[in-house]
Amino acid sequence: MERSLGKDITATLIVSALLIWLLPMMVATYTLTVLVIYGMLGLSLGLIWGFGGILCFGQAAFFGLGAYTYAIAAINFGESTVPMLLAVLVPLIFAAVLGALMFYGRLTDVYLGVITLVVTLILFKFVNSTAGPQYVIGNARLGGYNGIPGFQTLNVPGNPDAYIWGDPYFYFCAVTLVIVFLLVTWLLRSSFGRVAIGIRENETRMALMGYDVAARKTVLFAIGAAIAGLAGALFANWGEIVTPGLFSLGQSAEIIIWCIVGGLGTRLGPILGAAGLAYLKFMLGQQSLIDNTLITGLILVLFVLFLPKGLVPAVAAPWKASFGRARRRPHARQRRKARHG
Amino acid sequence: MDLSFVIAVEVLYAVASLVLISAGLAVVFGMMKVINLAHGEFMMLGGYTTITAVGLGVNVFIAMLVIAPLVVGLIGLIVERLVIRHLYGRLVDTMLATWGLSLVFIGLATMIFGNTTTGISTPIPGFAVGDYQISGYNFFIIVVAVVLVIAMLAVLRGTRAGLIARGTMQRADMAAALGYSPDRIYMATFFCGSALSGLAGAVLAPLVGLVPTSGGAYIAKAFITVIAGGPSLIAGLLSSATSFGVVNQVFTFAISPVIGEVALLVAAVILLRLMPQGITGRFFKGKL
Amino acid sequence: MAETVLETHGLTMRFGGVTASDNVNFSLKARELRCLIGPNGAGKSTFFKCVTGLLTPTEGQVFMRGQDVTGWQPHQIASLGVGIKTQTPNVMDALSVHENIWLSARRFHDAAEAKARTDTIIDRLALGGIARTELGQLAHGERQRVELGLVAVADPWLVLLDEPAAGMSAQDVDRMTEIIHELTRSAAVVIVEHDMQFIRSIAETVTVFHQGAVLMEDHVDHVMSDPTVRAVYLGKKA
Repeated sequence: MERSLGKDITATLIVSALLIWLLPMMVATYTLTVLVIYGMLGLSLGLIWGFGGILCFGQAAFFGLGAYTYAIAAINFGESTVPMLLAVLVPLIFAAVLGALMFYGRLTDVYLGVITLVVTLILFKFVNSTAGPQYVIGNARLGGYNGIPGFQTLNVPGNPDAYIWGDPYFYFCAVTLVIVFLLVTWLLRSSFGRVAIGIRENETRMALMGYDVAARKTVLFAIGAAIAGLAGALFANWGEIVTPGLFSLGQSAEIIIWCIVGGLGTRLGPILGAAGLAYLKFMLGQQSLIDNTLITGLILVLFVLFLPKGLVPAVAAPWKASFGRARRRPHARQRRKARHG
Repeated sequence: MDLSFVIAVEVLYAVASLVLISAGLAVVFGMMKVINLAHGEFMMLGGYTTITAVGLGVNVFIAMLVIAPLVVGLIGLIVERLVIRHLYGRLVDTMLATWGLSLVFIGLATMIFGNTTTGISTPIPGFAVGDYQISGYNFFIIVVAVVLVIAMLAVLRGTRAGLIARGTMQRADMAAALGYSPDRIYMATFFCGSALSGLAGAVLAPLVGLVPTSGGAYIAKAFITVIAGGPSLIAGLLSSATSFGVVNQVFTFAISPVIGEVALLVAAVILLRLMPQGITGRFFKGKL
Repeated sequence: MAETVLETHGLTMRFGGVTASDNVNFSLKARELRCLIGPNGAGKSTFFKCVTGLLTPTEGQVFMRGQDVTGWQPHQIASLGVGIKTQTPNVMDALSVHENIWLSARRFHDAAEAKARTDTIIDRLALGGIARTELGQLAHGERQRVELGLVAVADPWLVLLDEPAAGMSAQDVDRMTEIIHELTRSAAVVIVEHDMQFIRSIAETVTVFHQGAVLMEDHVDHVMSDPTVRAVYLGKKA
């Protein structure tokens, strides 16, 4: 019944090679690059929400943290290799601490939502208020609402003068996304991933089997944050500036919308949702008849009402991860509650 | 002496505005266990309604205290019929759908009113206490908040509708089994909650420059206040608004307004970590 | 002399003014089968929850194989090799029978070994026909059986079952009895139960709870004929 990992990898590689070859013929690589980055960001939330049942209202916090870490480190180091690593590590550690705080406190659902939302707001407000010259990390001024421009962008490791930009940067991002996708695939097929899905389905049962639920959720949460941080660093390189807007609630909302529209409990859904909606937004941005935000909002409302499982599960069953059926967490919770009640 | 009076007024004002900001959300959450993330936009709409009405020549107090709550209440009613009622019992889904609605309202407001800051001047002049200038309008906010809390208490305690509401809060299924149509209770609740949001947005409008995205500034604070308050409607609202209002103002005076805001948020995180069920989940159990 | 695997000293649990569990001293030997009975509200389930870590007792201690486990989390207790089944079926609804049992086996064994053990248990419990079916689509009796399966697959030395026979058909109960007897070959089993029919068919020693405390503890036949027990429990039913 389960398709072998080998087949899955082969299919992924063939399809993505085709896409990476064909898409630049249709859309400018500059636009494609940011779609790929958003795809990775969508995947980061899709992993922890769709497979771990952790609804994070502040995935943008890790995205912004990755971007800022990269920018600050790049200014201080004058090259990009160590900053890229730091941009993954800092959100990872931050999320591990935050996750431990929340999950060992047995916070769930709404409360988890409040805390992640509040932490995002704190970061947003703090970074926004750092315009003064006293806010400096090494040689990098935080710049408040103006953000940080003019940092070293991606270079070939060991050669700070050999920049990777333009078309090569698109290929770099695309290949990175494929690698992350394959790692996520492997993770979900591993015992860790299966246990995570078990926890999404029934925390109490998994604890009664002897699994340390809090520890596992913390680890999964941190992995999601690391992927979001990587996406943030790539975004910083693409935009060549980082601003507090990266931490904004609007950004967090968008990530959630991508996951819902694409489909939770799938690996591909959030990526396609992100790229698709971001592209739609880009197209809509070129007209001024209807406000962009209105359409985004309308899409979210309509999907929650009429297609709560998202597009991918509705259209392409074979792409679903083979372990477990896609389902949003609260439904499973309600059924349990109904039985307990 | 003057300074301590000014600080006392500022703290009271901070608490009162938190009560106002959160009341609508608290009513809807307490009664229906629905988190309305479009709450901030309801407030924004209340503000725009007031400005539009004043522009048409209506007295500013009538615009704020009557027209805005009615208009926003009706908008809330439409939203409840079209969207929310399909999602009862699905907490996360309602949060997502109302988040979508909030974006829709921002878009609509942008298309109608444009993406520029509008505002009206405060209708009450300020006055001086010793060397300090105090805004007279802050007193008005405090009065409105106090009247609002008393009115809510009176309705819940003293009227038949309040009794049904209290019953529904405790056991919605039992209230339904006793023959009270949950559908109508929910409609009425959502109307009241939205009207309260409209009122809060209208009353606060003269203090802020209004833009279509103004709601975002309110929703997080309201959300935090309501969740931290816990299951009891009024006791929860008052206790968490007081805690956060005091923390906010103390840090604002001691350091800076930004740190005040950050302190409020940090306090919320610590509070929820210590009391996952909210303040009234631990203290004041069974109070209104 | 068999080893004592589960022991409580003065276990007390208060909720506000209500004492749900009152100074309970309990002890269980290896491979013993023990039923806990008592009328509604007698404190059986509270006792069960304190032992499994779902509640932390107000006073008193819980020992497992001599280890003080008072106040431990459920996952820590389960990690000792204790199998727990709660009152309502607690399973992963969106996962198949095989996946449910595999997750339990995987806790103590590597992936390959877990798969082998899962297959064995599925054969033993005659779940082969529904191995790939999602739990959400199964009947109540089958779900109960699957939950026993995922308790059994972990090879526990102590099994705690809260009302395993509740809501099951006679045929299902027979099968359940068989499984439990099989479990007692390697494990001590504690069963909290209401169903007197089921208890008669399975029990040897029975502990009777009344108003939070232990009323008596004896062989099932003595308990059934005891006038006090009949008064507090059976008498009301008859």
